Amino acid sequence: MAELKLTDITKYFNPDTPVISNLDLTVNDGEFLVLVGPSGCGKSTILRMLAGLEEPTSGQLYIGSQMVNNVQPKDRNIAMVFQNYALYPHMSVYDNLAFSLKLRKMPASKIQQRVASVTEILELEEYLKRRPKELSGGQRQRVALGRAMVRQPKVFLFDEPLSNLDAKLRVQMRSEIKRLHQRLKTTMIYVTHDQTEAMTMGDRIVILKDGMIQQVGTPLEVYHNPANLFVGSFIGSPAMNLIEGKLTEAGFVSDVLDIPFPDWIKLDEHVGQSVVFGIRPEHIVIGDGIWEMDLVLCEPLGNETILHLEKGEEKLIARVTELNNVEIGRKIKISFRLERAHLFLKESGIRIS
Amino acid sequence: MPSKIAIHIVLIIIALLTLAPFLWMVGASFMATGEAGTYPPHFIPRSPTLDHYSGLFTGLQLGRYLLNSIIVSLSITGISLLVNSMAGYAFAKFSFPGRNRLFRLLISTMIIPGQVTMMPLFLMLNRLGLVNTYWGIIIPGMASIFGIFLFRQYVMSIPDSLIEAARIDGASDWRIYCTIILPLCKPILVTLAIFTFMGAWNDFLWPLIIMTRDSMYTLPVALANLMGEHTQDTEMMMAGAVLTILPVLVVFLALQKYYIKGIMLGSVKE
Repeated sequence: MAELKLTDITKYFNPDTPVISNLDLTVNDGEFLVLVGPSGCGKSTILRMLAGLEEPTSGQLYIGSQMVNNVQPKDRNIAMVFQNYALYPHMSVYDNLAFSLKLRKMPASKIQQRVASVTEILELEEYLKRRPKELSGGQRQRVALGRAMVRQPKVFLFDEPLSNLDAKLRVQMRSEIKRLHQRLKTTMIYVTHDQTEAMTMGDRIVILKDGMIQQVGTPLEVYHNPANLFVGSFIGSPAMNLIEGKLTEAGFVSDVLDIPFPDWIKLDEHVGQSVVFGIRPEHIVIGDGIWEMDLVLCEPLGNETILHLEKGEEKLIARVTELNNVEIGRKIKISFRLERAHLFLKESGIRIS
Repeated sequence: MPSKIAIHIVLIIIALLTLAPFLWMVGASFMATGEAGTYPPHFIPRSPTLDHYSGLFTGLQLGRYLLNSIIVSLSITGISLLVNSMAGYAFAKFSFPGRNRLFRLLISTMIIPGQVTMMPLFLMLNRLGLVNTYWGIIIPGMASIFGIFLFRQYVMSIPDSLIEAARIDGASDWRIYCTIILPLCKPILVTLAIFTFMGAWNDFLWPLIIMTRDSMYTLPVALANLMGEHTQDTEMMMAGAVLTILPVLVVFLALQKYYIKGIMLGSVKE
């Protein structure tokens, strides 16, 4: 187990644009940290730099107390699980699992012991003689996990390991990896573009955009208190409703909706500025209120219902648990739970309330 | 259905036409002296004899030429597979300054006809004292641009993550090449082996230039000499030709399965 530290890391692939700029991040010992962001945000590059597959242009990487900038991947005591499994196609499951141990010249009896204990945890015993192509997607991913586990590394790195699996298997493997973490208590860094995976798996989440950290926090922290407009809109499904407008002394004004603020909201220094009003779907109250919108679409999910509301150009999505008398095209009265709403500056995206 | 039958008939006729000279060669090699020239030509010898085969080995040192050919062809095949695969792997998976430019330069040299390089190559090898030695044939065949190209294209289809996984697992570059790249490249290795072996075995011009001593001749050169000396002895020439073709045929048939796999590569999504 080990703490990981990235200090002032910058990475350029071409001289004009940095993929990662001045990144500082500490991963606690035994933590499950998720790096999440849209494609091209640099999350995989961070992982690859930690693995030693890419070199940072500047800055320092620490695993435990050792600076590893110039340490070979094999000497970093890390293991990585790849998106496409990266199993050796010409080797049996056993050989795939034993490969790294053989390279370390471990005695055969010990290799057998290690492989056996891992295959037991991952329920792979009956597949040991098969080649990867004879396995299903889920089994392959388990072999990839096993290959990382036999090494008993200090740090596990996961590069979008579930994105090649179908939806059901993904949910299953998600909880398996999480359970594995609880069992091994090893530091794990997990890269994904799927915010649901990030929310459900991470002890902490790092949200990245354009090679820069937008926010670091627990899943609930980033959900309820997004640092900026990007985090607010990226985390949560369905996404946060965003309405552009202006801040006046009375409250928020947009082309379609005017939202007067109660006295406890104090934003005097921002009056006159262009802002974005953000409210999550579950914080829209249906049934009474001063605003009226058209119900254009209704998506019942069983335990909840997603409502699509429109008024002029403005579109909102609301999430309700109980709903009676749904009629498409009907006008619905709504109100906002303002204590849960957010205001972001339009220019910088920074949250002001 | 009738059109299918017609196509098959045409194909069978073409196959027989292609096969006929080969069958006649085998038949004639077993005929008595002078029989192959009789009219009408026939395929099956009237009284089969092995005289010409034994004559080749006793009177003409064919055993020696066969050995020369085997040494040279196997060496070229073995060494060139090693060199081409390593170079192809490097061009496909290592990033080093000038990689693409160097590769383009290599490819562009393919337009230079081999004959143009023969004279300077001979002078060079002569100065190195390699005329009339096996190395004189082996060294120029140790690497081929076509082989490097073929190997590079194949290795490019192997995902980088496989190599990265091996690197994290603790494998050195040499180990990755031996335990990951080479086993995965079996089809292309076999294809290249067949191409190279056939090329080296059948090569006539270069061994003719570099080997001036009779005992260093390879089979095709010896066979050409046979034609000069025994113009009338068709049966003996045919026996020589059969012996020359036989190893190539055996290699091809033995590796055919992989060879076709190699040619088909990439055409079907697995």
